[in-house]
Amino acid sequence: MDQLQRKLRDYEAAMFQQGFLDDQFSQLQKLQDDSSPDFVIEVMTMFFDDSEKLLNNISRALEQIPVNFKQIDAYVHQQKGSSASVGAARVKNICATFRSFCEAQNRDGCVSCLQQLQKEYSQLKKNLQYLFRLQQEFKAAAGSIPTGE
Amino acid sequence: MVTTGDVGVVGELHVLAVDDSFVDRKVIERLLKFTSCKVTVVESGTRALQYLGLDGDTSSIGFDGVKVNMIMTDYSMPGMTGYELLKKIKQESSVFREIPVVVMSSENILTRIDSCLEEGAEEFLLKPVKLSDVKRLTDFIMSGEGKKVGGKRSQKRNRSDDCISSLSTTCSTVSHPCDLSSLSPSAMSSKKSRL
Repeated sequence: MDQLQRKLRDYEAAMFQQGFLDDQFSQLQKLQDDSSPDFVIEVMTMFFDDSEKLLNNISRALEQIPVNFKQIDAYVHQQKGSSASVGAARVKNICATFRSFCEAQNRDGCVSCLQQLQKEYSQLKKNLQYLFRLQQEFKAAAGSIPTGE
Repeated sequence: MVTTGDVGVVGELHVLAVDDSFVDRKVIERLLKFTSCKVTVVESGTRALQYLGLDGDTSSIGFDGVKVNMIMTDYSMPGMTGYELLKKIKQESSVFREIPVVVMSSENILTRIDSCLEEGAEEFLLKPVKLSDVKRLTDFIMSGEGKKVGGKRSQKRNRSDDCISSLSTTCSTVSHPCDLSSLSPSAMSSKKSRL
């Protein structure tokens, strides 16, 4: 159990250290309690759904001729906003760069940013899903400790 | 739980939150519930006006009038922006114009902040909104400051040091008289320095 706890704690710390998550994610964790025990997973799930939709939209928009940079910028702005709200730091930072390329109407730059975004987002999702799995394991293990032992 | 007696001593604030972002609605709702507020969340300015009964479409049958102690609205929304919603509310010649309206935005734009404050926004919060922001707001409203006499506007600004403006030297932060206890320079800016 101790090992699992340590593994969980270390993994979470690494995600912060490596910049995947920032302080806003800690804010979300603070908001989780007995009255809302799955809050973080719920928000992140919404974030995943939202992001996947936006990334698809951006991808399709970049295939249009001519490219509607204003529309893409609007999508990226949304992505930036939701990333900031959940503490997805790396994803958020790419969005800032992405917006500059939109403003400059630089299609190649946009395409490159989209690829980066997809990569970072994928990695984040994978990491978070692993983190949540560890948390579930820990909860299950903690719940099965016999009392009076 | 609302107790009768002194106004603003003990009670549950009812906050109306307006945001077009799915994720942000979830977060702001939780932030408010965590600070013991009753929350209603809507996705647009139009819906907000409908909820308040200000859309001119309300049937008088069974409509009691909704009691809202504070409105928090995102600035950038399709259709009606938060700024437009703010204006509409402040143009009401009724109890509605006295409801404190807080505008939230992910963009730190001085002219935007100024116009919102000019229009009577209680405060301008930079997103992402934190627990400390919400706590500060609810404490402020609970302290009885919710009612403002017309003409005296809150000059409080929430702006980080990196104002996007060459006029940043003219930025001033004037604290509101009722708020001195909870206010500190770092609390003024809702953008804390990142790790």
